[in-house]
Parts: sequence; C-alpha cells; structure tokens
Amino acid sequence: MNISAIIVNVLGLALIGLVVWYFWLYRREGVQIAAVAGVQEATIKVKGGYEPDVIVVKKGKLVRLHFIRQESSMCSEMVIFDKIQKSAKLPEGETVTIEFTPEQRGEIPFQCQMGMLRGKVIVEA
Amino acid sequence: MTLSKSISIEESASEIARSALLGQIAEPQDHEAQAIAKEYRSLVRKFWFAAVISIPVMLVAYPELPWLYLPGLFVREVTQNLIQWLFVLSAAATLPVMAFSGRQFFTGAWAALKRHSADMNTLIALGTSAAWIYSTTALLIPSIFPEGTATPFYDVTAIVTALVVLGQALEVRAKGQTSQAIRKLLDLQAKTARVLRNGVELEIPVEEVVVNDVVMVRPGDKIPVDGEIIKGYSTVDESLVTGESLPIDKKIGDEVIGATLNTTGAFNFRATKVGKDTALAQIVKMVQDAMGSKAPIARLVDVVSGYFVPTVMILSILTFLVWFDLGPSPALSFAIVTAVTVLIIACPCAVGMAVPMSLVAGVGKGAEHGVLIRNGEALQTASQLKIVVLDKTGTITKGKPELTDVMPANGFDRETLLLFAASADQPSEHPLAQAIVQGARNQGVHLSEPNKFEAIPGHGVETEVDNRQVLVGNAKLMSRNNIDASMIKEDVERLQGEGKTAMYVAVDGKAAGVVAVADTIKEDSVQAIRVMQDAGIEVIMITGDNERTAMAIARQVGIERVLAEVLPQDKAQEVHMLKKGGKKVGMVGDGINDAPALAEANVGFAIGTGTDVAIEAADITLMSGSLKGVAYAIEISKATMRNAKQSLLGAFAYNTLGIPVAAGALFPFLGLLLSPIIAGAAMAASSVTVVTNANRLRFFKAKSFANEIQ
Repeated sequence: MNISAIIVNVLGLALIGLVVWYFWLYRREGVQIAAVAGVQEATIKVKGGYEPDVIVVKKGKLVRLHFIRQESSMCSEMVIFDKIQKSAKLPEGETVTIEFTPEQRGEIPFQCQMGMLRGKVIVEA
Repeated sequence: MTLSKSISIEESASEIARSALLGQIAEPQDHEAQAIAKEYRSLVRKFWFAAVISIPVMLVAYPELPWLYLPGLFVREVTQNLIQWLFVLSAAATLPVMAFSGRQFFTGAWAALKRHSADMNTLIALGTSAAWIYSTTALLIPSIFPEGTATPFYDVTAIVTALVVLGQALEVRAKGQTSQAIRKLLDLQAKTARVLRNGVELEIPVEEVVVNDVVMVRPGDKIPVDGEIIKGYSTVDESLVTGESLPIDKKIGDEVIGATLNTTGAFNFRATKVGKDTALAQIVKMVQDAMGSKAPIARLVDVVSGYFVPTVMILSILTFLVWFDLGPSPALSFAIVTAVTVLIIACPCAVGMAVPMSLVAGVGKGAEHGVLIRNGEALQTASQLKIVVLDKTGTITKGKPELTDVMPANGFDRETLLLFAASADQPSEHPLAQAIVQGARNQGVHLSEPNKFEAIPGHGVETEVDNRQVLVGNAKLMSRNNIDASMIKEDVERLQGEGKTAMYVAVDGKAAGVVAVADTIKEDSVQAIRVMQDAGIEVIMITGDNERTAMAIARQVGIERVLAEVLPQDKAQEVHMLKKGGKKVGMVGDGINDAPALAEANVGFAIGTGTDVAIEAADITLMSGSLKGVAYAIEISKATMRNAKQSLLGAFAYNTLGIPVAAGALFPFLGLLLSPIIAGAAMAASSVTVVTNANRLRFFKAKSFANEIQ
C-alpha cells in the first residue's frame, strides 16, 4: 500500500468517526424558554427541520408552541407529539399552535409523520 | 409606546393562535388540495427541467455510442479534445439541474445538518453532488487520479435528480388521494342555512348560524347544523355521516345531524350545536387526530429510522474504502461509483412512510362508514382482537320491545285479537303495552278507545273495549278472573322459551289468545356476528337478563357463549376476567352505561352514538347503531395493519437487499454492479410503491357491508 492509499484509508475512517460523532454522539443545548405571565411560549420555524428543535421548559406551566411551516415539501406537513397524543396539520405559511402543560420531568419528542424531522421539549423541574 | 406595542404583539399572537386552533376545523380543506396541487406542479416542472437536460448529458457520458459518429450530424471526427469540451458543457448544464430541480435536497440537507440530523435529502444531496464534484475534479485535474479513472459521470447527477423528483411528484399526488377522506367529509358541509330571525326568513352562510337559531329545512335540503326538530316531520338520510344505510324518520323532539340530507318532508329545527361543536366538525377533528397518531408498530420504526441515514453514510464510506483497497482496476472509479450508488439507493422515506400512510388511508376508510377510530393504537389492537363481547340490549337487539306474535285461540281471528289487546293497552304507559299498541298500528289495525281502564300491578290490565270486557296480562290475571286458559298455556310457554314476554288475552271471560312482545334483534346483527366469527373471533354476549332469555337471543344470532345475569357494575370485571386469558378483548356497548367495561377492554367500541361522537371511553366510536360497524372496524383494522406490514416489510427488504447490491456484494460472484441511475430509479419507485400500496385500501371491500352473505 503506497502512501496515498494509506492517506485515503485514514481519511475514510476519520470520516466515519466524524459521522458517528456529529450525528449520534454530539449533545446539543436546548433553547430555554422563559415563562411570561405563566405561559412558556416559543415559535418554531419548520423548514427542513424544526428551528429550534430542542426546547427546554419548566414543568407545571403552560407551554405554547407556535409552528410556522415555511416550505411546501409534504414531509413536514404534520407535526406529531405522540407522547401527549397531540398532532396538527401545518398549512404552509400559517401559524399553528400546540398547547400543553407538562406535569412531569422528562422529554416530550415531536416529529413529522415519517419520523424524519425530529425535535423535543425537555421538561425540567 | 413600548408597552402598547408589546401588548399588541401579544394580542395579535394569541389572536393568531386562536384562529389557528379554530382554523384546524373550520378551514376549508380546499386549501390543502390547492397546496398539494401546487407542490405537484412545482415538482413536475422540476422533473421536466432535469429530464430535458439529462438527455444530452447522458449521450455525452457515453462517447462510444454511435450518435457522435452519425455522418454529417455533428462532427466528422471525434477527438479526445471534443469529448473533453462536451464534458465541460455537461458540467455546466448539470449545475442548474442541481440548483433548480434538486434545490430542495440541498436546502433540506443543510437544514438537517445544522441540527445534527440527516434525512433523505442528505443522501440525495451527497450522492448527486459527490458525482458532480468527482466528475469535475477528474475533468480539471485528471493527473491526480490513477490511470483510467478520471472519467466524469455527470449523467448520474442529472438523471438521479430527475428520477427522484419524479418519484416525489407521484408520491405527492398519491398522498393527496390517501387523505381524501377528510376532504370528502368536509364537502358534506352545507354552505348556507335558511334561518328564521324575528319572523323574517334569511339565507345566511352556515358559519353565521348561532345556537338557538330556528333553521328551516325544505325537501331535498342539506341540514346545515345539529339541532332538535320543533315543527314538522321528515325522513332524513344520514348515511353519509353515520353510515346508517336506511333513511330515518324524524319528528318533533328528534335530533338532526348537520350535513345529513333531508328527503321529502319539511321541518324547522332549533340549532343546538354550531361551528366546531357539530357532529361533523367533531368527526373531522377525531379523524385528523387519529391520522396524526402513531401506531405502536410505527414507534418501533421510528427508533430504526433515527439511525438509518448516518448508517447509510457510514456504509457508503466503507464501500468506497473496500473497493479502493481491494477492487479491480480502475479501483478509484469503482469505489466512487459504488459509494454514490449506496447513497442513492437507500430509501429511508419508504420505511418511515409505510405505517403512517396505511394508517391515514385506513382511518379515512373507516370514517366513510361511520367508524371513528381514535388513534393508531386502537387500530392496531383492533386488528389483534380474539374475543369480542357484545352487550345484548341495544347492541345486538334494538333495545326496545316490539310485537312479535299474535296467536288467536279458537273462535277468534288474528285481527280481532290484536284489536282487543291493543285497544285495551292504549292508556297504559308500560313499554310492553306500548309495544303492542305500536305493533297493531303498524299492521293497520284501527284501535278503539277503551272504557273503565284499570291497571292491576303484577297482573295486567282490565278494560272494556267496544262494550266487551277485555283482560290482558299474565296467568295470575287469568286465574284471578277464573278464566280457563289451559288451551293457550302451551303457546305461552313456548314463546317464553324463545325469550319473549307472552301475555294472555281474554274477552268476555273467555281466553282469546296470546300476544307476545320481545326485544328484537337488529336486522344486520346476524350478518355482522357471522363476519366476526368467520374472521376467527369468539363472539360473547353479556347481559343482565336471565339465562333462558339470553340464550334465546344468542341462538338467533349464532352466539354460543353467553354471560347472563351480569349486573351492570360487574361488566367491567367480566371483561377483566376474559383479558386474563391472554387474548385481546373488545367490548361493544353504549358509551354511557357501559363506559367502565369499554375502558377495561383492550378496545372499547361505543355503538350508536349518533351526534355524541366525542365519547372518551371508546377507542372506536360507531356513529350508527348497527353491529356491522364493529365488524367493519375489525375488518378495516386488519386490512390496514396488513397493508402497513406489507409496505414496511417491502421497504425493509428493499433497503437490506438494495444497499449490499449497490455496494457491489454481487460483484465477486456474478460480476454484477448496479448503475447509480438504476439505484435512483429504484429509490424513487420504492417510496411511490409505499403510497400506492396504502391507496389500495381505498378500494377495500368489507364483508360486513356486502349486501347479503349466504
């Protein structure tokens, strides 16, 4: 194996490592939302994903998430909160609101119908 | 200034939120149809753009093809230099293909990448751009590549983009058909209503009708909102909303459901529910919620699909390395082509879409027949039911007694007997007496007004009809009046054996015959129960009645196992015991009295709820009173789960077989290597197949709604 072949192999393996780290191991900080008049409100842009996609809230206070879908791709036309049995259609360009009051600490994931786009609400004490 | 501004922002935000919440129901779905049509047109445009450019690019990619040599067409002599220039043109031509036709892949991939996630866009964007970058590098600085590997393949970029976009277009169109059910429901809605306000008749948009408005309905009109008839009568066709096939007679005091069709009569009704409170709006809401829920099987898939795309990326890199290190010459060419093929063939969409698409189609199909499935979990469990417990009264039977037998004794004819019995019973409010009166009227008997009516508790009635003494009641009434009823005693006992309530009738001190009433079974109960039994489900009847009455009904409908003399509060306990056997148990009853048993069952079916669709205890709500709905719910659940599993299995098989083949697993044995273009076509086809398969459910033919089974 000549030197260039070795370099290619090392780069390839490094790339695999990068994929593993970037997509699976990397832990991201969520966006903390503060309660205003007892309501924890956030606007989430839906375009190829949810922006922001990790939202940190406090338990026991109303959470109001406003979704605005800014694309026509059918993939994101629905957002599903399976854990709390809520879902909504997101017509392009309209604001659709999901409301709930988390009572327990933990994570409430949300996603598109196919599970390709994902986000989560982290509920803290 | 700042203060007022912040308030107005807050106000407008909550206003938007509120209208959006309402909008989910009130918003006409034309909107959605338009969005789908727009997306489809846009994708088709993108496809044609890519397709048109693909043709010359593909021809250039195969310079050995004879087209370049056609005399006089292009050039006389094909030089290496010419081919190089043609490739440069290809490079330039494929850029707009990626930028226009494939734009969403790149924007989507980028958006995902920013959030440390990857999806189908990532794979297509990587595949097509890797092909382009490799080709362009090979074209510009061929010297860095080993001998014979610096061959561009721009055709992959252009054709794969075209194919995947075409696949998406077909998918969008098919998806529009899958979610048609809700649109159909909303189309049922009347557009205007005729209301009476301050004595003036006004035609107003249906949205403006308020509770307590008096709404006028003429023959052939669509009933605009829910309400209660206050004047007139008619027959209403509720089939489109409740699935009940026969038109229903409606009189003063009866409920009417918005979006159902008035037939011949005219009536006025008082609006009781409008806007998002109407039965139709509730149905739409429930169906939408169910379509957005997850079947447990899909949760499993979600776990897998979370790892899918990065895994494919890793496999692609490994494929590259294996070919690069171990492949035949030109190894680099093989390595890059196979790596790109792996990226392109993988279809996470097909896996992710399989269950949701079938669920949407199945739930919609159910709604068409007045079967409202609360969520994916209810649907999946309904498909696994092994035992179905049916409440007797009101579920298998009509829930109110009807006249069943009229048996005159010697010296009387049928009509006379019925005339006396029914006339005598006229003043009585007892349901059994009323059943006899109603039965006689239905048979065209003109009743007489009785004199000296006397109800004797525990015995029956004593009256005078047309100046003759008439007694209607039990054996005790006969013996009290010293009437010899021995010749009709046998008939009475036989009828009782059939679970009926038989009554002696005596006229002027002589036994005149027997009339019997019974809670009759609904016309279609037998068929519905048979459909369930044929599907391998054990059907059990539960009732508070005594064993004999219960068995009589059970025999008529073909049920073998009966839980008789069960007190209402013990029904849930019985269901609990059945569940202990390890089989999935469904319970069918009315949503109010049977709520605990419905909640206890694996799947609770609330039957005949009419407008009251939002019954919490039920997993599946049946708008009509027919048991066919239960059979149908089970049938459609099974069909939906079968469909979802087919798609899922197909998608998994496709990916687990396709990816190794794309990586060249067959090359050492068969010398077979997949072209990235074939991979692109396969990928597009696989996701279209999933949606198409789900659409097959639209043509599902249920046994429970077959006209007649032999």
